[in-house]
Amino acid sequence: MNTPLTIKETQDGLKQKKFSAVELVDAYLAQIKKYNKEYNIFLTVTEDLAYAKAKELDKIGKFDEPLSGVTIAYKDIFLTKDIRTTAGSKILESYVPVYSATSVKKIENAGAIPIGKLNCDAFAHGSSGENSDFGATLNPWDKDYIPGGSSSGSGAVLSANMSLISTGTDTCGSIRLPANYNYLVSLKPTYGAVSRYGVIAMASSLDTVGPLARTIEDVETIFNVIKGEDGFDGTVVNKKGDESKKSKFKIGIPREFFIEGLDSEIEKNIQEVINVYKKENVEFVDVSLPSTKYGISVYYIIQPAEVSSNLGRFDGIRYGNDRDFLGEEAKRRIMLGSYVLSAGFYDSYYDKAMRVRSKIISEVDQVFMKDEVDALIAPVAPTPPFKLGEKINDPLSMYLTDVYAATANLCGIPSLALPSGFTKNNLPLGFQLMGPRFSEHQLFELGKLYHKEIDYKPKTAF
Amino acid sequence: MKYTTIIGLEVHIEPNTKSKMFCGCPQNHFGAKPNSQTCPICLGLPGALPIANKEAINKVIKLGLALGSTISAKSKFYRKHYFYPDLAKSFQTSQKDNPLCVGGSLLGKAINHIHLEEDAGKLIHQNNISLVDFNRCGCALIELVTAPVFHSTSEVLAFTKELQLIARYLDISGADMEKGTMRLEANISLLLLGSEPVTGSEPVMLPDYKVELKNINSFRFLEKAIEAEIKRQELELSQGRKIKQETRGYDENTKLTFSQRSKEDSQDYRYFPEPDIPPIEIQESRIQELESSLPELPQQKREGFEKQYNLSKEYIEILVSDLTRANYFEKACKLNKNYKLIADLMINKKLDEKYLEPAGLVKKIIELTKTDFIPASDVEQGIREVLSENPDVITSYKNGKGQVIGFLIGQVQKKLSGKGDPKLISAKLLEALHG
Repeated sequence: MNTPLTIKETQDGLKQKKFSAVELVDAYLAQIKKYNKEYNIFLTVTEDLAYAKAKELDKIGKFDEPLSGVTIAYKDIFLTKDIRTTAGSKILESYVPVYSATSVKKIENAGAIPIGKLNCDAFAHGSSGENSDFGATLNPWDKDYIPGGSSSGSGAVLSANMSLISTGTDTCGSIRLPANYNYLVSLKPTYGAVSRYGVIAMASSLDTVGPLARTIEDVETIFNVIKGEDGFDGTVVNKKGDESKKSKFKIGIPREFFIEGLDSEIEKNIQEVINVYKKENVEFVDVSLPSTKYGISVYYIIQPAEVSSNLGRFDGIRYGNDRDFLGEEAKRRIMLGSYVLSAGFYDSYYDKAMRVRSKIISEVDQVFMKDEVDALIAPVAPTPPFKLGEKINDPLSMYLTDVYAATANLCGIPSLALPSGFTKNNLPLGFQLMGPRFSEHQLFELGKLYHKEIDYKPKTAF
Repeated sequence: MKYTTIIGLEVHIEPNTKSKMFCGCPQNHFGAKPNSQTCPICLGLPGALPIANKEAINKVIKLGLALGSTISAKSKFYRKHYFYPDLAKSFQTSQKDNPLCVGGSLLGKAINHIHLEEDAGKLIHQNNISLVDFNRCGCALIELVTAPVFHSTSEVLAFTKELQLIARYLDISGADMEKGTMRLEANISLLLLGSEPVTGSEPVMLPDYKVELKNINSFRFLEKAIEAEIKRQELELSQGRKIKQETRGYDENTKLTFSQRSKEDSQDYRYFPEPDIPPIEIQESRIQELESSLPELPQQKREGFEKQYNLSKEYIEILVSDLTRANYFEKACKLNKNYKLIADLMINKKLDEKYLEPAGLVKKIIELTKTDFIPASDVEQGIREVLSENPDVITSYKNGKGQVIGFLIGQVQKKLSGKGDPKLISAKLLEALHG
């Protein structure tokens, strides 16, 4: 069978009995069997669990929960009770959690069918997926290319049509980048909109949990399922953003984001996006965020500091393997982080980075307030997908992949990344829209406006 | 050479909250089966996040208010990193800048700050293996740090005892040293005389070392351990040796302190603000509400007892040092005005242990003071017999030895087996002697 590409098609088909939930699972598992070995997308396939849930759904036959009959695959950094969770690291090779993440519980309570756990850069450290201790994931659009990281499997699983939706985490682009490199829609939510409880922490003040899917509507549906207070993440608040119907949108173009180093195909593509919006009466203004140029530097101080703290618990006493099993990138970040937090260096590194972070936040807030823009448009990454091995021996150039991602994480603002075409080599292209905190609704509206205008259709690689 | 002792204290108090500092597990772990009170949060499992315990924060604020501290309007938690097998996350969530309470004093001794943190688990060593019990891991812990302003063991003892009493009065902790709900660390150093500070204030120049005395688990130990350490340091210094910066323990058998860990290189805890807990904002209204809920504190009670009941200092101290007894006494005094007798019966006869309710004790007092005396005719008969048996005493009396009256009353009472009304005996006896 041809599996449906959206939640609506899936649920309509199930309700009209065009196919059963079990048949859907059959189809996805067939696809996994066919391609997973080569593309290295799943670390664990939960076949039995998927069939059990599908049978239960077929028996009830209602499919009226928001995610009823929707197959979901989780980045392997989401704890799943009784199902091995590795974070892509060999140190957790045999770790079976005793509890599930809040987002996993919410998704499954909403009727989803869990099909498996996805490959990712170990502890989400990376932009290409190549830092996974279980081997790199290949990009289904072209297997010579990386699928984007760190949620590498979360992107590839959808373009390879092995699941309907997936989850990822975004600390500095780790959801948006793989979505962008796989022709998908994704949301990096407002920091504090979705609980991080039960998701293995990378950098706690930057980590966000979000969905990947093929349409804005689906991403919105999943976001509405996973958002909100759970009593287990003290940073989460139930805050409703502006949900008014806007007659006119205004988008800011940050001058500093369209400079040398940005791939010409991406720049051209975003100009086309702007032209489409202009036809729809959306106003564009040039804005300036002068301190965002320090974003990646700030990020590479704060993030390793928090990483060095969060990884301390993997001390070899519990969780199975000892510290020899930590990969090179994890060790690099532990060393960097321990250094910037050390007595005598704290003020000139960590504290200074935090102060620059505050400066970036106030500049971004100012643009939303003073220039009255609803969103900022930006590339997701400076280049389209790059080749496997191209940057793996040059950590600094790999880190620069995140240059456009950092602003949203440092400021805690939401960012919607969506597809907008293909390169001449048939590799996916996309862009991101960032809005004020808790402005997800308006970002979805803006995204839909664009996709409607270009008559966007979801596509998979095979 | 003469030295002045300089001591600063770190006091840990385990508050009697319902749950641990950052999760829903029970705070009280005394006697619980190892690892029976744990969850993903206090075990520091991957993905788990802390939620700060409001009750614990309120208890620290109460203690701060009772000690005259300034309550921070905005307080933060920090991660303090170190490795130990009983520390589940590899860092302790504690406080550094902006602790909940800043300043304050007790018995004239300056308090630096009071903060909130979480406790670590416990290591149990048996037969060459070490086991970890995580029941205590993540329990709320109050840390009070004083300035280096103590100059004698007795000052330290008075301070810690009063602090314990205040914690109990505030009902924030049992503050029991033996149960480990109150723990002391003393930083001790000696300063050459001549540069000694004014009592209660910080010395202008501190010695260039300090020895941390740890694991003191009773007041008795506290006194002995500090004395032993002061003696050791005096000896070292007088023999021209430099004292090492280190952590020492006290051995009850040898009555000496011993080195536990060198502190020559101070440990780098790599503190940074805990990103998982948003800064805690403490509104003025919350402080006022807590302030108005403060009970009477020991010192107020002492003054009250002196004024209202006119008891001796000794009696007051005995009653006030035990809140249950102090309350018992007050209740009893509301029922009966015989304050001194109530205190007497409680302190000397321990009748508050016999009568669990003050009303019972008061009933007993009424019984005692209202004994049924034998009839007046029997008293008169008794007097007659005593007088006839003691003609020489009568003579003495008549010769002006008034004090023999007491002897006669005693003789009468003896004859009546103590059942005579003393006032009646005295009146009738005088009547007979003069009549």
